Amino acid sequence: MALLTPDRSQYPALKPDGTLDIDLSSGKYLKLWQGPQHPGITGNMSVELTVCGDEVVEGKTHVGYLHRGFEKLMERRTFIQCFPIVCRICVPEPDFNEYCFAAAIEELAGLEVPERAHWIRTLILEMGRINSYLMYLGGQAGSLGLGVIGQWATYARDVMLDRFEELTGGRIYHMFILPGGVRDGLPEGFASRMEATLRELETVMADIYDTMFCNAVFKRRTVGNGVIDRAWIDPYGVTGPNARAAGVAKDLRKDKPYLVYPQLDFEPIIGTDSDMYTRADVRRRDVLLSIDLIRQLFAKMPTQGAVMAEIPNVLHWTIPPGETYICGECSRGEYGYYLVTDGSGYPRRVNVRGPSYTHAMALLERMIVNANIADVAALMVSLHTYPPEIER
Amino acid sequence: MTQIDMKPELQPRRVTGPDGIEFDVEPLRDYYCPELPKVEPPAYLRIVEDLFNWARAESLWILGFGTGCGAIEMRPLMTPRFDAYRYGIQWRATPRQANLFVISGYLSVKTLKRVIRSYEQMQNPKYVVGLGSCTINGGMYWDSYNTIKRLDDYLPVDVYIAGCMPRPESLLAGFEELKRLIRQGKCEGGNLYAENFDWYKANQKRVIHDWDMPDYNW
Amino acid sequence: MRDLYDRLSALFPLGTFTEQRPDLAFISLEPAQLRSVLLHLRDREGFTHLVLLTAVDWLEDGQFQLTYLLANRARACDLGLRVRIDRDPASMDSIHDLWPTAATYQRELREMFGIDFPDSPRLQDDFILEGWQEIPPYRRDFDTLRYARETFNERPGRVSLDPATHMRDQPLTPSGR
Ligand code: SF4
Repeated sequence: MALLTPDRSQYPALKPDGTLDIDLSSGKYLKLWQGPQHPGITGNMSVELTVCGDEVVEGKTHVGYLHRGFEKLMERRTFIQCFPIVCRICVPEPDFNEYCFAAAIEELAGLEVPERAHWIRTLILEMGRINSYLMYLGGQAGSLGLGVIGQWATYARDVMLDRFEELTGGRIYHMFILPGGVRDGLPEGFASRMEATLRELETVMADIYDTMFCNAVFKRRTVGNGVIDRAWIDPYGVTGPNARAAGVAKDLRKDKPYLVYPQLDFEPIIGTDSDMYTRADVRRRDVLLSIDLIRQLFAKMPTQGAVMAEIPNVLHWTIPPGETYICGECSRGEYGYYLVTDGSGYPRRVNVRGPSYTHAMALLERMIVNANIADVAALMVSLHTYPPEIER
Repeated sequence: MTQIDMKPELQPRRVTGPDGIEFDVEPLRDYYCPELPKVEPPAYLRIVEDLFNWARAESLWILGFGTGCGAIEMRPLMTPRFDAYRYGIQWRATPRQANLFVISGYLSVKTLKRVIRSYEQMQNPKYVVGLGSCTINGGMYWDSYNTIKRLDDYLPVDVYIAGCMPRPESLLAGFEELKRLIRQGKCEGGNLYAENFDWYKANQKRVIHDWDMPDYNW
Repeated sequence: MRDLYDRLSALFPLGTFTEQRPDLAFISLEPAQLRSVLLHLRDREGFTHLVLLTAVDWLEDGQFQLTYLLANRARACDLGLRVRIDRDPASMDSIHDLWPTAATYQRELREMFGIDFPDSPRLQDDFILEGWQEIPPYRRDFDTLRYARETFNERPGRVSLDPATHMRDQPLTPSGR
């Protein structure tokens, strides 16, 4: 496999400091920018490719196009004022930000969250996970020319967004999870409408399986292509489906159970081949797993009880000094919040650990070497990175 | 303009081609046209201009550049549920084929630089729609050091769509409004940009500190 | 986590130990010890995954705290190493040879906090910001509101109450902070 052992014989030599000795004026290499305004890029970021023929010799990821300085802005906002902005850190799966931040605050402030709120939080996180995967499936198919999958997946995502809207009042940003619990219980008849949505989703997923995963072109271009070596997983900080496709059952829902995952019955989805096809397949099966988990949640969820703990007056809420780290398994890997408080009403420091941070930078730069230009877009999508969580 | 370090690929240099011939390249001169933008007069007859405007209003081609969070609602907009294709709206991948730039949300200074380049590469007539409260007055990033507050300081904006984030329905309403304005001949953003070029450039250079491109690059 | 600390402190001089949760603990140590402790944890104790590397600005002490958070998947626990370094000039040894991803974190810290990591690859390249001329923005003494007011024009008619001061000035504040 070309990717595992890069053949550097015809490529530039290494300089003493470990960088490639590329002489652009030799006429042998061409510098290409893919992004930020480019159809083959995952959101607002760019890769600077140096190519020789149609093979990539070196790729550098450039991020920062979406930087808003969240970690600075949150230092100037009280704990409750942070909630409208934290969800905007990661657009396609905002609820994880709310959950991690709320859980970190609860831990440092010593709040006890009611049981029912845990169930509703889990429900929201699983719904968000499905949405995020559907975006990915559309993008992965689109990057290989199967535009119709994008249409179907976006439609299915829209149906799910309707459920979100019903539950929280917002389509994209929900701000439903607050420190101490969630804003409200489930609306009347939500479970049956959710079941209808899940049925719809299952049909779409079956269609997607037939059209995308059994498609000869898709298989030809993804099987055996873009392999993540198992040995890279720890050094490069690979988590989530990218690691699970390599056969490492890294799933925080199982490894470090949070919320109500210990009471649910599931096994992490793993793959064996670690190529683009396996990664797409792991995510497809993860959608099915989430559908199953949502059904289990509805079956086991308590329907009565408080959803919000007693919390102090949030306008003048001070939290004792401390530091903590809360993580969870989002659709792309380990999502975490590192929160430091100093006894005042404002966070001292918030650091967001987005899984894309390692996937899109070090790992992508490593994997892109020796890839074909035509595969770069698909390779990038197959790592499932969202730029806003890299630069915040 | 203060002198800043140009990227190596932008510096003038001597290059040997694959066939052994040496030649000079000076990227800023070779790849960019030094011309400044021109005001395009309307057609000679009012009725012809109206016909043109009608045609323009019916084919809004959006540049595929998702600059902020709002980009996530563009996909539902273009897919069966909301299906903006019905209204002659579609995505294009390159600025040369697009005539509508949807600024989908907050613009960091780094993106603003790319946005200006893409905007200048679009052909006249061209329109800009600002999406979300971030483009109007900074939205919830009003105290951020890295996002701009008023889009119309840097580019001529035709329509703002308020909301955080605006729903696909409001996007459709916004596009309808844009069409109405175009049919009335009120969307002269490209000409406005050419007329007030110095003002726009001064504003842009005030926030973009490392200006390493020609003033007008199309 | 206590047993791990006892084992470690037999080998290295360590500072305070904080057990935050059964599966999360923090240990303070001296910058000189960091590298050997990290190597020991990675190779002997199974903390193979570098979760994050970040800094906290303790402006009033004139110090930065660097936090290296490691995860051990087999034991399902996280361990944070806290290192305090001087704020001016801020400099720390690079660990990019232990974890290649650390290079990215170090680039971010160089840009956002102005902490130097000699020998870390591509450290001087722009990472997130472009053409930044002020002091690094995540430092506590950088005032983002003032900078935003000076740099970007405001649209008349907008009223914003500054979240950092508005509630503090309200009469009900219990602590006056
Ligand atoms: S207006 Fe809201 S949704 Fe739109 S870019 Fe700004 S924060 Fe994001």
